[in-house]
Amino acid sequence: MAHQPVTDAAVVKEGPVLDARLVVDRGTFRLDLALRIEAGEVVALLGPNGAGKTTALRALAGLQPLTAGHLTLAGRDLDRPDRRLWTPTEHRSIGVVFQDYLLFPHLTALDNVAFGPRRHGVDRRAARMRAADWLDRVGLAAQARARPRHLSGGQAQRVALARALAVEPVLLLLDEPLAALDARTRLDTRADLHRHLADHPGATLIVTHDPLDALVLADRLVIIEDGHVVQEGDAATITAQPRTDYVARLVGLNLYRGTADGHAVTVADDLTLTVADPLHGDAFVAFPPAAVALHPGRPDGSPRNTWPATITGMQRHGDNLRVQLDGPIVVAADITPAAAAHLRLDLGAPVWVAVKAAETRAYPADRPKFRP
Amino acid sequence: MPVALFVPATLGLLFLVLPLAGLLIRAPWATLPQRLTEPGVLTALRLSLQTATIATGFCVLLGVPLAWLLARVEFPGRRVVRALVTVPLVLPPVVGGVALLLVFGRRGLLGTWLDATFGLTLPFTTTGVVLAEAFVAMPFLVIAVEGALRGADARYEEAAATLGAGRWTTFTHVTLPLVAPGIVAGAVLCWARALGEFGATITFAGNFPGRTQTMPLAVYLALETDLDAAIVLSLILLVVSVTILAALRDKWLTSP
Repeated sequence: MAHQPVTDAAVVKEGPVLDARLVVDRGTFRLDLALRIEAGEVVALLGPNGAGKTTALRALAGLQPLTAGHLTLAGRDLDRPDRRLWTPTEHRSIGVVFQDYLLFPHLTALDNVAFGPRRHGVDRRAARMRAADWLDRVGLAAQARARPRHLSGGQAQRVALARALAVEPVLLLLDEPLAALDARTRLDTRADLHRHLADHPGATLIVTHDPLDALVLADRLVIIEDGHVVQEGDAATITAQPRTDYVARLVGLNLYRGTADGHAVTVADDLTLTVADPLHGDAFVAFPPAAVALHPGRPDGSPRNTWPATITGMQRHGDNLRVQLDGPIVVAADITPAAAAHLRLDLGAPVWVAVKAAETRAYPADRPKFRP
Repeated sequence: MPVALFVPATLGLLFLVLPLAGLLIRAPWATLPQRLTEPGVLTALRLSLQTATIATGFCVLLGVPLAWLLARVEFPGRRVVRALVTVPLVLPPVVGGVALLLVFGRRGLLGTWLDATFGLTLPFTTTGVVLAEAFVAMPFLVIAVEGALRGADARYEEAAATLGAGRWTTFTHVTLPLVAPGIVAGAVLCWARALGEFGATITFAGNFPGRTQTMPLAVYLALETDLDAAIVLSLILLVVSVTILAALRDKWLTSP
């Protein structure tokens, strides 16, 4: 589609489109986040509530000034407190899809999408044509005349996306783009969104607390906790080698930190796990709950890690039962109904836990957490 | 239903409705058409409608930005400013009229300068009526619009900024349309208050037929000479007021 770029900054130079170190102090909370995004790259900023995700998005959008650091977009400094440089939101080449979309209720879907191009100096007719084109791209040509209150959640989400993309931003920001949708709509919308983000030539940052959104939509994940990056990488690396409890929970793994000496990793005062991958020094050990077997008595004769534990919780998990256990380490186990039948599964009941060395993954904890 | 509540409630309702009923009962219905077309009545009515409308326009022009300032801008002493804005609401209108005289009167603080520089005299003119009405009615508009602005989600303004809209464009293209119902409600209320204005008007602008004699002033004057004329004039104001109420019924009468 042959559009004139709305902003001259759409011409992207070599290197990352976005290069930022966002430092924002808010009372006792401090966000300190280094972020680089290449042209065409989709990065997900993933973290629990209160981690600073929305603060980061607002800082990028110019809705929240930086305390320190810098924000460079397409080679232009937008926010640089040490040089007293600040660019107001309306002069930044950004597009934002807000969590609850914030479509202007007094404008039709078409005029909502045309709003951005109009503000960038496109005349009314051309702006409407461009808006109609974008609505067509997101499959909402028929809803052009509808007011936001007459749109379904999924439709409103797509109008919001079209509105943000219609200004052809260098940086597209999405704040929990699917959080307001029901499960069924979310599935369809996620697939559509993936397609549109792949077509977007600029950089994209998705802020989300939903690991599935992050894994499906993003090329790279940046995980923050309490204002700081705790892990960064592609989906495969992060799901295989989580580095914090939060990430481990997200990807559904048991994770422990300990000291490795060859195949033995000491993860608690009185527990040393035998692992398949030999290593030395500070190390993580991860294994899925399904790799954990429970026995009524001490299992013998097999090359397993075993230790006594007590049951502290149980819930259904798919077709299996997820059992929470306390002991030298806290562990989650997924056991089949058949296996459960051989155990006395009561809260507080003693059991023996067994994990095969071959099903553990061990990796160094002291290597740089993320790229310099 | 407890009698202790039912009786005073009924009495209260009667107290509010009876005087209006009295007005309708005592109205000289037979001579009404003829009285309505008397030149004095029409002149007063026209002057009232004109001055109330101009005063409302004046209030919208200055009051909406003032409401925006109070609702959207953090500045030291904002609470004091808000209190000052509401003073005319509780001030006896006669006091307002005196205050206006002291400032805009021929020997007033600004009046002297206006007279010397522009040859402009405000008291006892139609412009004076507009000023008196605007002074008394503006708080109604400011309070209504400020409430609407506080109720409107300011994040729409952030969304507009991300789409490249500056502060002014955001105000005209997003904020104003969002609070338009509040502005309309405030303007109607303001207009009704200006239409009924008596105390400040008679103090600051006097009572000259055709120039400063609005309907409420005409009613008061007629009461001393011709009771039927006073009733007819009151009836007209009643009809106008009820029409306003009907126009706003969606806004207030249906609220819980």
